[in-house]
Amino acid sequence: MTVQTIPQPGKPWEVTVKQRTATGSLIALAFILAAATVKFSGLSGKLGFAVSFFFLATFLIFVQQLKLRDSQAAKDAVLGSFAMLGIVLTLIPIVSIVSTVVIKGYKGIHPNLLFKDMALNSVNDPIEQGGLLHALVGTSLMVAGALVISFPIGVLTALYLTEIRGKFARPIKFLVQAMSGVPSIVAGLFILSSLVYPVTKELSGIMGSLALTILMIPTIARTAEEMLLLIPNDLREAGVALGATQWRTVSGVVVPAAKSGLVTAIILGIARIIGETAPLLLVSGGGDALNLNPTSGAMGSLPYYIWKAFLTGGTEEALARAWGGMLILLAFIFILFGLARYLGGRKVA
Amino acid sequence: MTLLENQSAAIPAPREITTKPRLSDQIFRAIVTLGGMASLVILGLIALFLSLKGFHILTEEKFSFITESRWEVITGDTGNIEESNLGIGAMLVGTFLSALIAISVGVPIAVLSALYLTFYARGSAKKILISLIDLMAAFPSLLYGFWGFFVFMASAEYWAKLLNKYLGFVPFFDVPAPIFERSPFIAGLVLAIMIIPITTSISREIFDQTPLDRVQAAYALGASKLSMIRAVVIPYGRGGVIGGAMLGLGRAMGETVAVYTVLNIVYQINWQVLFGAGGNVASLILLKFGEAGPYEVDALMAAGLILFILTLLVNALADVLINRFGKKGR
Repeated sequence: MTVQTIPQPGKPWEVTVKQRTATGSLIALAFILAAATVKFSGLSGKLGFAVSFFFLATFLIFVQQLKLRDSQAAKDAVLGSFAMLGIVLTLIPIVSIVSTVVIKGYKGIHPNLLFKDMALNSVNDPIEQGGLLHALVGTSLMVAGALVISFPIGVLTALYLTEIRGKFARPIKFLVQAMSGVPSIVAGLFILSSLVYPVTKELSGIMGSLALTILMIPTIARTAEEMLLLIPNDLREAGVALGATQWRTVSGVVVPAAKSGLVTAIILGIARIIGETAPLLLVSGGGDALNLNPTSGAMGSLPYYIWKAFLTGGTEEALARAWGGMLILLAFIFILFGLARYLGGRKVA
Repeated sequence: MTLLENQSAAIPAPREITTKPRLSDQIFRAIVTLGGMASLVILGLIALFLSLKGFHILTEEKFSFITESRWEVITGDTGNIEESNLGIGAMLVGTFLSALIAISVGVPIAVLSALYLTFYARGSAKKILISLIDLMAAFPSLLYGFWGFFVFMASAEYWAKLLNKYLGFVPFFDVPAPIFERSPFIAGLVLAIMIIPITTSISREIFDQTPLDRVQAAYALGASKLSMIRAVVIPYGRGGVIGGAMLGLGRAMGETVAVYTVLNIVYQINWQVLFGAGGNVASLILLKFGEAGPYEVDALMAAGLILFILTLLVNALADVLINRFGKKGR
């Protein structure tokens, strides 16, 4: 009886520990060489180090692959390190932005902020005085107003594109795309020229809402369209086969099935407009006092609070106030985004 | 027998078989179609109202509104306008200049990181990176602007000095005076950082759609990753990537707040990108709006109209490119 050895399936293409250590040590070598270059040549500073490190590491890995395998693999490795460079360059700003806002912003946060407005304070006052109640209220009112108008329009557009698929579907898809490219300042100018100057002759919160609506509709329409497209056609066919009219199918089957998707569309729409500054500067004015009436009077907003503290202040307090406002705005965006991810990650239907 | 007879009374009359939608459906379709037309109506209204307010400026200032670079209104004692010289030439040049810098820096980085995300990143790292980049696309421009001013400016100024020192013989990188702060170069870099997330996610989506059979066919023929990408992914995704770049260009051209905070807005045509003077139509509108009289406001509307048309054209081109050439390839 000879014991037959069954060959185990191997993975010859996998990177072995030996190769990994070899590559790792090459990168470490590049690191040391880059430090030496910075020390002994004209290149200097962080930039010089980063540049020489990148090119040295790429070159060393290129040579290693050339020796181990062939020129194809070596060129491949160069592409790999350039792709890595791309993603690192993309990530540096986001890390820098978030850390700057957190480090500079926490000084501008104080519990009093939530209960007071800036009516009696200048931006240069200590953080304990004044607050952003008016800004939070203004932003929530304007965003809510924009949502009330743009959600129905956005969803109807999405329904037209996915359910009716009429002969205008293609042009409308294009127009929604084009609308998402409308500069925010143009949205502000439009409300200014069509409503503020000829009709109300006064800046107010509702004008801010309308300007934001223009920016919000495309986001909602496109997200809702994507979400409705995810609903399997079987559901629609089942509805129609049971004798339901299209209206009953859409209202009773498709929309309920896409409910979490539509909530995602709302959330992404809010995230899109919550930090918009330029149109609000034009049409809702900048209020420093709490204003609960969106139909008249200038209305404050979170972006305006930040804008004013940065531009009119100049003291430590004003900057801390501005970065604090930015931190709150960023926190809102993070929360909205997390919610959207959570809802979007769940299975539809 | 009796049972059946009793039931036959309860069976409703069969519905008429027809392809004509019922009344409820007709109403539903009408409402949805109307809602679907909203984007057309809104875009039309924007063009209409901006023209209503701004068109007379275009006829009065004629062609010089686009070519001239002055912004002066001289009012008489009674408040009526005696002389006006309004032109957005410098601002148009500045808009294109900063947007071009933005896409020439941003698009290569975005394409490389899209390649990384599609073909190198694996598993949860890929998911996290994609979420981060989508999140970055949602950051408000206000944040980019102030980050650019307070944090990024110092590094960018240093890079500008290096460029000027070693490439100063190129007319672009020359400066009339050693002022490197708040230059179109820095504004362009901030815009580049703003458009990288959008361009990355569009490119990534296009690369993801590359037919798997072609990718695997290339691998089966012995292609390395580089030659597979060159032979399959790039020809397939080229149009889409260019379209994504155009979308980024449109966004960079219409950007207001970030440019306003970073750039030193000066009324002169400035081709020397490293010199701290420049402009952008959108930031001009924000700058002049506060102090503008009625005539100037109309001129700003005209400037807005031109900006609107420009971004619409760029977006249309992007859309055509993404849809027409997005799905081709070998």
